[in-house]
Amino acid sequence: MESLLLNEDETMLRDAARGFLDASAPVTAFRKVRDEGTGFDRGLWAEMAQMGWAGVLVPENQGGADMGHRAAGILAEEMGKTLVASPFISSAVIAATTLRAAASDRLSGIADGSTIYALAIDEGAKFNPAGVAMEAIQSGNAFKLSGKKAFVAEGRNANRVLVLARTAGAAGEAEGLTLFDLDADRAGLTRDAIAAIDGRDYARMNFDNVDATGDDVVGEVGGGLAALQQGLNAGQAAVAAELGGVSAGAFGMTAQYLKDRKQFGVLIGTFQALQHRAAHLWAEIEVTASAIANAGRMLDTHPNDAAVAVSLAKARATKTAKLAVSEGVQMHGGIGMTDEFDMGFFMKRARVGAEWFGDYGYHAAIVAAARGF
Amino acid sequence: MLELSRDPAQFRKDIRAWLASACPAEMKGRESHDGFAESDICWGGKRFEFSSPAQKEWMQNAASQGMTVPTWPVEYGGAGLSRDLQKIWLEELAAVGAKLPLQSFGIWMLGPALLAFGTEEQKKRFLPEIARGEIRWCQGYSEPGAGSDLANVQTRAEDMGDHWLINGQKIWTSYADQADWIFALVRTDRDAPKHKGISFMLIDMTSAGVTTKPIRLISGKSPFCETFFDNVKVPKEHGPGINAVVGEQNRGWDVAKHLLTHEREMIGSGSRGPLGGRSVGQIISSDSDLNGNPVLRAEAMKYEIDSMAVDLTLDRYKDMAGVGVPIGNASSMLKYQGTELNKRGYELLMSLTGMDAAEWDSTHGELASEWLRTKANSIEGGTSEVMLDIIAKRVLELPYK
Ligand SMILES: Cc1cc2nc3c(=O)[nH]c(=O)nc-3n(C[C@H](O)[C@H](O)[C@H](O)COP(=O)(O)OP(=O)(O)OC[C@H]3O[C@@H](n4cnc5c(N)ncnc54)[C@H](O)[C@@H]3O)c2cc1C
Repeated sequence: MESLLLNEDETMLRDAARGFLDASAPVTAFRKVRDEGTGFDRGLWAEMAQMGWAGVLVPENQGGADMGHRAAGILAEEMGKTLVASPFISSAVIAATTLRAAASDRLSGIADGSTIYALAIDEGAKFNPAGVAMEAIQSGNAFKLSGKKAFVAEGRNANRVLVLARTAGAAGEAEGLTLFDLDADRAGLTRDAIAAIDGRDYARMNFDNVDATGDDVVGEVGGGLAALQQGLNAGQAAVAAELGGVSAGAFGMTAQYLKDRKQFGVLIGTFQALQHRAAHLWAEIEVTASAIANAGRMLDTHPNDAAVAVSLAKARATKTAKLAVSEGVQMHGGIGMTDEFDMGFFMKRARVGAEWFGDYGYHAAIVAAARGF
Repeated sequence: MLELSRDPAQFRKDIRAWLASACPAEMKGRESHDGFAESDICWGGKRFEFSSPAQKEWMQNAASQGMTVPTWPVEYGGAGLSRDLQKIWLEELAAVGAKLPLQSFGIWMLGPALLAFGTEEQKKRFLPEIARGEIRWCQGYSEPGAGSDLANVQTRAEDMGDHWLINGQKIWTSYADQADWIFALVRTDRDAPKHKGISFMLIDMTSAGVTTKPIRLISGKSPFCETFFDNVKVPKEHGPGINAVVGEQNRGWDVAKHLLTHEREMIGSGSRGPLGGRSVGQIISSDSDLNGNPVLRAEAMKYEIDSMAVDLTLDRYKDMAGVGVPIGNASSMLKYQGTELNKRGYELLMSLTGMDAAEWDSTHGELASEWLRTKANSIEGGTSEVMLDIIAKRVLELPYK
């Protein structure tokens, strides 16, 4: 097994990311994005692209930094700590991984940050790729796509969209799905912004006889899930890493508050009831950190065998983030409930992250199946 | 006022007949009568805007029958119902899907405190007004430095002969900007040990020098405020013989604690019934993906088991109170169980409704906002940690320093 410790390059990357984000994208920056309703800050994204983050998974010959999935996880985690809103996971992780596996020539746009991808899979409330009903009716080399997509991250700001549609079979079947790579301005595709609790960019998409050709297909016709497999795994690992950061961010605020707030004439951190819960939370975060690091390592070294490691990380990170934000609000008392204070932002992000690309039960079922039950 | 029989079977018939005419059709057919959905509550008071003429009619009809405060004595605006008859009333309300005609901090908190500690003049002055929904009260307990350590309140009341002069700040005052009056804990003796220098005072919110500033919650709503007192003059008497202080001067802590037992039981009861009109069971069985998710299913099963048992417990303690055994410190257990359960219920609903409910305004209504609001249940009225502390020290009498 690979070491889960950070190597020298990874340590440097983490320190650089932390330094940059603390200075340029603290939680106050997210608050501004939330208040202005822009979804994310384009200027910040351009700076991140310049540092090579948008191209973290793009080969060097296409302008990327090609640092690998563990590195992508490190970046996602640091962004989670200060709640950075950006297209990093949709574009730099999922689209880059998916299109790289398909030897697409669109990677350079991702790496320089000019191309922002959204991934449109789900049509219902829960993550379920096989449940896709949206039709792509084929005639010769042409397709017509019709149907609706729910809650597409980066749906408003994206200029391209990877969309999963059904070329055969019925909703609920894993076969018969095809992945298309389309311009987001293509005729017949409309998008409606969603006011989401985590204040980021989401849209509903409606496809009304949108034209596509064989050139737009990623992978094979009917092989959409296979074409997405690596990209989805990478995305799930990155969401897990981000949730690791969300947990750490919420925990950091809480641990500090225990050292600042006085009641009954003493710091509340002297109450053993709170000490033990803070200690428990830290212990949970440590265990989850291993699962997150392991997922990144597995994606880098055994990409075709990484699914269980990824699900382990996503399940653990979902559960730990939920605990961290619940304890965060509770241990702050009244002030934790106020919008003026940042803890609520962590709670709302953790909720969306819990659902994004599979909830605890979805991933636990994958782990259980792999363990033989 | 219609004469309602005290014989249970006849009372049920009487109530049913009365409901048929007194409760407007529009106010029937609701999902939950006992829930804590704040937006749909008839709060009463001078500044309250009724959501419909029917809401107002229902409140007034009920008030004229004493049914806004059914267990209070008739002379103070109630119907003098026993616990057994009150249960029948709630059952009949549920049967027609009507919400309670009036709910308020006056009914939940101040009323019981006045009934226990008030003078006859105070009861006569304030209770009927609460029962008729003509006054809305808010609770001025917490301060920036006095949350869990409530006895640390610093808001000062100086004795100026014929009046008190109040200076200080309250925080997290729910609906202070909507309230007509506030019941507040103020320090009337700064030299006494901290529990012994507090008085429980009734203050008109329109007094000069009282200001409120709404605070926005993580749910996007602003139900609570900072409340400032800047040289506020409170007359020693709100009318002949009507003392502004409830209970003895400097013994307000006793009143405050008594009130909290009622508040805690009430907050704990917020876990009953469908979650804002939604049922976990219904949602989970509506979708085979959900029903097939082993983790969600197991959590839903555990939630149903616990909520049924907690409901029984709430009833058991209410029955006890009904036969004259005060709930006392067990209210901490009811609050702890009820609020932790309510939070779990809403977490579960959020998981079941996934990305649908990650929108502020969704196909599930304002579920996200309600979910976030439940996080305060285990903070307001005393935190879960404080509840466990009370159980450990007062109920179990475990040793402490
Ligand atoms: C939505 C909402 C509505 C409210 N409405 C009102 C209102 O109308 N009127 C009013 O007066 N107040 C109101 N409150 C205030 C509420 O009563 C206080 O927030 C609560 O008592 C906690 O006080 P605090 O916020 O100062 O937290 P703190 O007391 O500072 O507590 C911080 C953390 O420390 C923990 N802690 C404190 N002491 C101990 C201990 N000894 N052992 C272990 N842990 C401990 C707490 O449990 C909490 O987790 C409301 C609060 C909320 C959230």
